[in-house]
Amino acid sequence: MASGKSRSGLDKFGRPLVVVTGLGVVTSLGAGKADNWAKLTGGQSGIRAISRFPTDGLKTRIAGTIDFLTPQPSTAGLCESFADLVAEEAIAEAGIGTPGNFPGPLFLAVPPIEIEWTQRIEVGARSGSNDKTTYADLMRVATQFPDYHQRFMFGSVADHLAEKFGTQGSPISLSTACASGATAIHLGVEAIRRGETDAALCIGTDGSVNPEALVRFSLLSALSTNNDIPHAASRPFSKNRDGFVMAEGAGALVLESYDSAIARGARIIGVLEGCGEMTDAFHRTRSSPDGKPIIGCIASAIKDAGLTPDDIDYVNAHGTSTPENDKMEYLGVSTVLGERAKTVPISSNKSMIGHTLSAAGAVEAVFSLLTLNNQRIPPTINHDIPDPAIMMDVVPNKARDARVTHAISNSFGFGGQNVSLVMGLEPA
Amino acid sequence: MADAPREVWITGIGIVSCLGEGGETHWKKLMEGKPSGDVTLFAPFVVHPITPINFDTQIPKKGDQRQMDSWQRIGTYAAGLALDSAGVKGNLELLSHMDMIVAAGGGERDLNVDSTILTGTPHAANPAAFLNEKLMGDLRPTLFLAQLSNLLAGNISIVHGVTGSSRTFMGEESSGVDAVRIALSRIAAGQSDIALVGGAHNGERPDQLMLYEFAGNCLKDPYRPVWERDANGGGFALASLGAFLVIEAREHAEKRGAKPLARLTAVLSDRSNRKPGAATAALSRLWDKLKDKVKSGHAAVLSGASGAKAATAEERTFLEAQVLEAKGDLAVRATGSYLGHGMEPQFPMNVALAVVALGHGELFPPCDASGLEKPMSAPLDQVLVTGVGHWRGEGLALVERVG
Repeated sequence: MASGKSRSGLDKFGRPLVVVTGLGVVTSLGAGKADNWAKLTGGQSGIRAISRFPTDGLKTRIAGTIDFLTPQPSTAGLCESFADLVAEEAIAEAGIGTPGNFPGPLFLAVPPIEIEWTQRIEVGARSGSNDKTTYADLMRVATQFPDYHQRFMFGSVADHLAEKFGTQGSPISLSTACASGATAIHLGVEAIRRGETDAALCIGTDGSVNPEALVRFSLLSALSTNNDIPHAASRPFSKNRDGFVMAEGAGALVLESYDSAIARGARIIGVLEGCGEMTDAFHRTRSSPDGKPIIGCIASAIKDAGLTPDDIDYVNAHGTSTPENDKMEYLGVSTVLGERAKTVPISSNKSMIGHTLSAAGAVEAVFSLLTLNNQRIPPTINHDIPDPAIMMDVVPNKARDARVTHAISNSFGFGGQNVSLVMGLEPA
Repeated sequence: MADAPREVWITGIGIVSCLGEGGETHWKKLMEGKPSGDVTLFAPFVVHPITPINFDTQIPKKGDQRQMDSWQRIGTYAAGLALDSAGVKGNLELLSHMDMIVAAGGGERDLNVDSTILTGTPHAANPAAFLNEKLMGDLRPTLFLAQLSNLLAGNISIVHGVTGSSRTFMGEESSGVDAVRIALSRIAAGQSDIALVGGAHNGERPDQLMLYEFAGNCLKDPYRPVWERDANGGGFALASLGAFLVIEAREHAEKRGAKPLARLTAVLSDRSNRKPGAATAALSRLWDKLKDKVKSGHAAVLSGASGAKAATAEERTFLEAQVLEAKGDLAVRATGSYLGHGMEPQFPMNVALAVVALGHGELFPPCDASGLEKPMSAPLDQVLVTGVGHWRGEGLALVERVG
């Protein structure tokens, strides 16, 4: 088969074609692709009452936590354990490199790493301060906690993954808020297209369900408060949607140039056909009311894939279940797809797994590729009261077999971050 | 890719630190050669506080300023200076395709709320419920937006209208190196025409001092220049600073009539595991890729050495054994003696200071009793910038005079 730069190894714009040869995923539904896919297409929810910490006095007491792995004392630790698991799965599937030597860079979407209350209170107690406790007291005893330095470095999760999996060069830790996972993939695609590398390991991970992170979103009125029936709380595109549900998870993709994958006889899972990005300067947490940045983002991803909107036959929605997001996403998708927006299926994985935040773009890219591979679309569950203002086929409540050749996955985040990825099956 | 890499120019810089704001102010202070640090604000720790800034000149809306915490204001301000310097401020058509990579930490705290919780927890009947109650009741809702790492980029988009693309890299010093590296790679490969790249840091935060003091990293009174700290246990003095660069393809700059401040020839980075000798070896491997481009006689090193004991000692070994060995007459300057250590934006800041020195065609005087920094009187054409993280990350850049 092809070796070196054959014509088949280039995309329509003459750039190295980027394919996917390994996938890994963990969510509140379970670990691994098989378990997740079975539950996702079975319409199961991973949302439950939070048991990790007491929720007394909190407005939101539910989340999509991952409770089946070894507990960790911090978000940094959780992010690392999730990322570790999905990287193992993806690299094993790809069969690339040798153990501890991945032949490309690491792009890691990870939430901001910070010392948390467990540790702050521990250090405070050690300070022995009897009266008012301030950071001056904590600083006096700080050197008694040497391990906390590297644990709470922003780069620590990526560093540990780079050491374990032997990725090349300086690992990139990145954040574009709730679009981070998609940006990690976007950076990997760009690096391969530049010809800098034949492979990239792109991971999104998030284990942010801790009291302060929950309170932060709660104070911005972003979270569902539908605590009584946790599995029914995330209701993307429904009239009675009332916010997103925080969740944990990780997704990993091994990206490769087509030529590299073919040369080593790897199975090609799908093609990362196009990436689009457009920043919104309207507001820190809200989209421009005219939807132009979202429209531009979706349109540019399709254009970057060398496709037209008519080629898209499935939309993996950002679909957070907040009143604002779902309305604006409908505006964006319906503007780009036009009349076809009424018939092209669009579904939100978040109805089942919640919003995995920094991981979402990567987790949902994995699910989009599984959708392509299985020719089956996971549903949007909890869709009992459709929003009459959103006239789309959201694949309500039940999975559906369908012919899908090109899927687009959207990710939108605070700070005006918008990223869309177009994925397809290997060209016949 | 098949096409030859495009030449990339630096056409704008925006810098602010304890030395003041703008290239000329920094140059004047560096030429004076009297570095110092503040030993009173967070005694016994040494810090380098930001110069007083009139934020209104770059962030006109008070509402925008209120939505930000210090690091974001410093960064948004420095980004505005860079856009002014490049002559693109307010050019919304151009800014709509300008790409942005920001190197950011984040996580500013409400110190009063933290203290209230720390003080009350030992006496609370139900500590977890007490924590929840205080967080729900006392945190101001918009604090989250001041903490989020990607909200410096978000604020730059809102205030200055940079909306092409927006990525935020995290990971202390190396995020600054990789931000510049990837922005350069994208432009060189034709994936981008013009980019705003840089970051900001607020070093006047006791919680940050605590974080680095976990590993005993923080310099304690008395202040000493960077290379002189090794014999006294090492350590860095946290800095508040902001630094942004506008870099663009030569053809893009020429088309809009922009003059080059300097050429950004190369940015390289790596990660070593910091076993003894590993950082020196990693830097040496990067240097091997660059050394043929560096000419003896008219080149200097702007070092980002922080003063952190092991990292600074390994960088010194690299400079002495590799760079000075190969290019004997290269002068070295550690800007951290003046600026302190600002983590994410430190490398973009040093690239910007390289631009300033190249603009003056000379180097500022040495400030080092340990003997590494030597005088240089020859005209300056090239600057090798180093960025060695206090814990992880090694980086080099080559910045050159154009013409």
